[in-house]
Amino acid sequence: MEILKMENVSLTYQTAERETKAIENISLTIDDGEFIALVGPSGCGKTTILSLISGLIKPSQGTITLKDRPVTGPGHGVGYMLQKDMLFEWRTIEKNVLLGPEIGHKVDDEIKNEANELLRKYGLYEFRKHYPAQLSGGMRQRAALIRTLAMRPQLMLLDEPFSALDFQTRLNVCNDVYNIIKSEKKTALLVTHDISEAVSLADRVIVLSARPATVKKTFTIDLAQGPLLRRESAEFGKWFDLIWKEVVS
Amino acid sequence: MKTQKNEHELFLRKNKLKKIKIIVIQVSLLIFLIGLWELAAALGWIDSFITSSPSRIVAMLGKLSEQGLWVHIWTTLYECVIGFLLSTLLGIAIAVLLWCSELLRKVLEPYIVVLNSLPKIALGPIIIIWVGAGAKAIVMMTVLICIIVTVISTLNGLMATDEGKILLLRSMGANKWQILTKLVLPSSVPTFLSVLKINVGLAWVGTIMGEYLVSSAGLGYLIIYGGQVFKLDLVMTSTVILCVLAAAMYFVVALIEKFVRKT
Ligand SMILES: Nc1ncnc2c1ncn2[C@@H]1O[C@H](COP(=O)(O)OP(=O)(O)OP(=O)(O)O)[C@@H](O)[C@H]1O
Ligand SMILES: [Mg+2]
Repeated sequence: MEILKMENVSLTYQTAERETKAIENISLTIDDGEFIALVGPSGCGKTTILSLISGLIKPSQGTITLKDRPVTGPGHGVGYMLQKDMLFEWRTIEKNVLLGPEIGHKVDDEIKNEANELLRKYGLYEFRKHYPAQLSGGMRQRAALIRTLAMRPQLMLLDEPFSALDFQTRLNVCNDVYNIIKSEKKTALLVTHDISEAVSLADRVIVLSARPATVKKTFTIDLAQGPLLRRESAEFGKWFDLIWKEVVS
Repeated sequence: MKTQKNEHELFLRKNKLKKIKIIVIQVSLLIFLIGLWELAAALGWIDSFITSSPSRIVAMLGKLSEQGLWVHIWTTLYECVIGFLLSTLLGIAIAVLLWCSELLRKVLEPYIVVLNSLPKIALGPIIIIWVGAGAKAIVMMTVLICIIVTVISTLNGLMATDEGKILLLRSMGANKWQILTKLVLPSSVPTFLSVLKINVGLAWVGTIMGEYLVSSAGLGYLIIYGGQVFKLDLVMTSTVILCVLAAAMYFVVALIEKFVRKT
């Protein structure tokens, strides 16, 4: 079933100095339960696409629909996870996780139990009364993911969520995040610079052109599931080369 | 594990010793300076008519306390605290308002810049004519001196809120009020604390300046009066009391800071 549909979406940023055409005529659909990776040269407009889907900015042209309802503004079924974990240092992990429901005035026992259940499942329950500063980078990123999940999003947007982590942590957190998203049966759209990350995670990899971004090519990756398995598979390198050539060409 | 604990204890003990050492030196220095001052006056190295001396200050304290010293202390303290609270609260409120409205911020920017560079003492005569020559004028002077700095520092703090965190809240559908109360204000607590500290100092400047300008009571009044009739004992005594009061008020703010940082 289709969750997201972008049709001929374009966006031009207006500033005093110039007009910047960030994305042009992008159409894409995402099905329920899919894991999509967006790759493209830096500055091509990847973050802009996520901002559009989340409703933070409005397209200059085209339409975006989320579960058949047009996206009119933020706060409707999209969970946005940013590069840094953006945890609030003065809130406990538990309170951080409940931030989304709090903003939507939806905190009740049910959502609290749900949040606690997520914390328990993903190994942060003992740390729920701790402050972010007391957690490691990987744990913080997991907390940020649970905060996104607690919003009960229909679609999760992840903007280079691992790039602030060192390489070793990155592989682990990447694996964690993948498993959590899959076991919660969420649909995800991940933006990344890292092609190997895209190949190891995604069902489909969408390659964007340089700015203004257009969809250059879509690859359906038919490898075994799970980042660790995929990284070890013989065909991993083949996919990597294929996509890499498309990105740089 | 065991040795680690011992090491830690050792470290703590060393730290404590260091702290005690500093305090001992500080107190000794004070005693030494006071002693030197007294000695120099007693031996006639300096003219105690001009420089006064610790013993003369103590004598003056005794004399003053029979002549309504408390009224003077109370007057100054009262003006200073009222001015401090008023300017801090008002200044923060204005800063929040400016944070909320970009239009207001842009419109008022040049006014704030000019007011900031204006020497507030120049407004003395205007204040006296507008609010009269009393405690009100002095509080007004204190507020004028503190408030612009409060507005500017607080606004800078509020504006420095992490853009990414604002983006996160906006993506959750937060409105401006939620962004303010859930993010901007809590993340600006360090700013508020430093503003409090700056204002403690400035409030005393404002109060004493106000009292120099217009007053019939207060420590500033005693200092000015003492200077006019050449009673340096009175000037020095009032100054010493002022030092103690200013230190006490700073100490209170530091305590508040410690308390806030804990929670
Ligand atoms: N708010 C804005 N106003 C004006 N121009 C903007 C704005 N945001 C982004 N841009 C411009 O739009 C283009 C695309 O930006 P975007 O952040 O979407 O790229 P990106 O692919 O996410 O880049 P990166 O790989 O660095 O994360 C860039 O040239 C950028 O300078
Ligand atoms: Mg980006």
